[in-house]
Amino acid sequence: MAAAATMMPFGQQISSQNTLIPDWTSKEVSTGTTIMAVEYDGGVVIGADSRTTTGAYIANRVTDKLTPIHDRIFCCRSGSAADTQAIADVVTYQLGFHSIELDEPPLVETAANLFRSSCYRYREELTAGIIVAGWDRRGGGQVYSVPIGGMLVRQPVSVGGSGSTYIYGFMDSNYKPGLNKEQCLELTAAALSLAMERDGSSGGVVRLASISEDGVERRCILGNQLPKFSTH
Amino acid sequence: MATLSVSQPPVAGFSFENCKRNAALQTEVNKLGCSLPAARKTGTTICGIVFKDGIVLGADTRATEGMIVADKNCSKIHYISPNIYCCGAGTAADTEMTTQIISSNLELHSLSTGRLPRVATANRMLKQMLFRYQGYIGAALVLGGVDCVGPHLYSIYPHGSTDKLPYVTMGSGSLAAMAVFEDRYKPDMEEEDAKRLVRDAIAAGIFNDLGSGSNIDLCVITKGKVDYLRPHDEANKKGVRRVNELEALHPTGDYKYKRGTTAVLTKATTPLNLEVVEETVQTMDTS
Repeated sequence: MAAAATMMPFGQQISSQNTLIPDWTSKEVSTGTTIMAVEYDGGVVIGADSRTTTGAYIANRVTDKLTPIHDRIFCCRSGSAADTQAIADVVTYQLGFHSIELDEPPLVETAANLFRSSCYRYREELTAGIIVAGWDRRGGGQVYSVPIGGMLVRQPVSVGGSGSTYIYGFMDSNYKPGLNKEQCLELTAAALSLAMERDGSSGGVVRLASISEDGVERRCILGNQLPKFSTH
Repeated sequence: MATLSVSQPPVAGFSFENCKRNAALQTEVNKLGCSLPAARKTGTTICGIVFKDGIVLGADTRATEGMIVADKNCSKIHYISPNIYCCGAGTAADTEMTTQIISSNLELHSLSTGRLPRVATANRMLKQMLFRYQGYIGAALVLGGVDCVGPHLYSIYPHGSTDKLPYVTMGSGSLAAMAVFEDRYKPDMEEEDAKRLVRDAIAAGIFNDLGSGSNIDLCVITKGKVDYLRPHDEANKKGVRRVNELEALHPTGDYKYKRGTTAVLTKATTPLNLEVVEETVQTMDTS
């Protein structure tokens, strides 16, 4: 994602004079990304690719973009790596404190609102697209989307990141409400594989997690085990 | 005459006023055809790996100022705490000062907790400081150490993002070094294999990247022991200058090789027959 252009006009001027220092030593680290979250009855399934880029170089090919915020609440990060890591750390602290005050597990809606509050207040300085997903006793499995700009909206299924544009059609035609956990996992793996195939900033492995009352189950699908779609 | 002045409370956060001034100066100076002095950058190849018993960190030793080598043997592996060391790439002053500040804060923190500091703590402190300065501190770091939980290795970018990985490279030579790692890295290597791999990765950076050069420094951190090997490998030895007996104290000789260094295989002399046609002498006016 083109995060660097708006953030550092001075930095780009200085570095362009010395052509022996390539652009990936000065470009900001961006989680190019495809991220996704789906609700099912009893929990949520979340998934992400694993590529972090600085310009044209892949800085980390095994990134974990599914960040735990609390025991049953995760967030999927896209946009600037530094911004999303910093926001996630802040929200983890705020939510942990709030949960201790309440003396009960926090709501997913609370976590989503904490993200929205930071993302909206500092919207001019940040480039962060986040999907908050988790399970709580009051609402069951929930998915909240906090895109760039700081909007907050609850959706049954949400995709994000630069690779998401390639799979809107796939999602519109293949998602129906009332899927069970296994179907959600298959749908997520398929959608992410398709996006990773077409988007240069997404790739690596597919990381999946399913969150329910019983806990969090993490899975990793390696490159050669991804579902294949093209026959040529 | 009384003047009303409203006292403004000090504005929190970093003041970016001088950045606008610097940008304006840059365009003015470019019109005149010269350029502003370049900050000294450590062009650099730095890398680190996790092996069976701990961490091996490696770095080259060249510091550049634009296209000139400012320091042929600078030290890029910085001390953070007895069990944690940090390699720095990017602007030399930024890496030096950032690591010193965090080292100082970490020592105070360690005295306060009464425990050996953890690598995750150093990582947190570094990323929070770099994020606060929004990337204007040009420090790209490879942080490694062994604490009570085990060996840890982090790469930290100037904007404040970090990655926790089994092997990392940073700097302008990072692509060359990463190529070596991706080919030969295996989990749970022995110490000698790990040292050899890091040495080869830095050598790849030194010989294939113009911003990296000179020698290879290594730092091996294990539980309870740190080996700071500087230099580990003098990959580029300087030639020896010829010295006359008279000038033994201040060698001003040149790098020429003495007659006989290259073996003479054949010798063929062709005399040129020249006829003297005319000879004139013109005296110089030395009055």
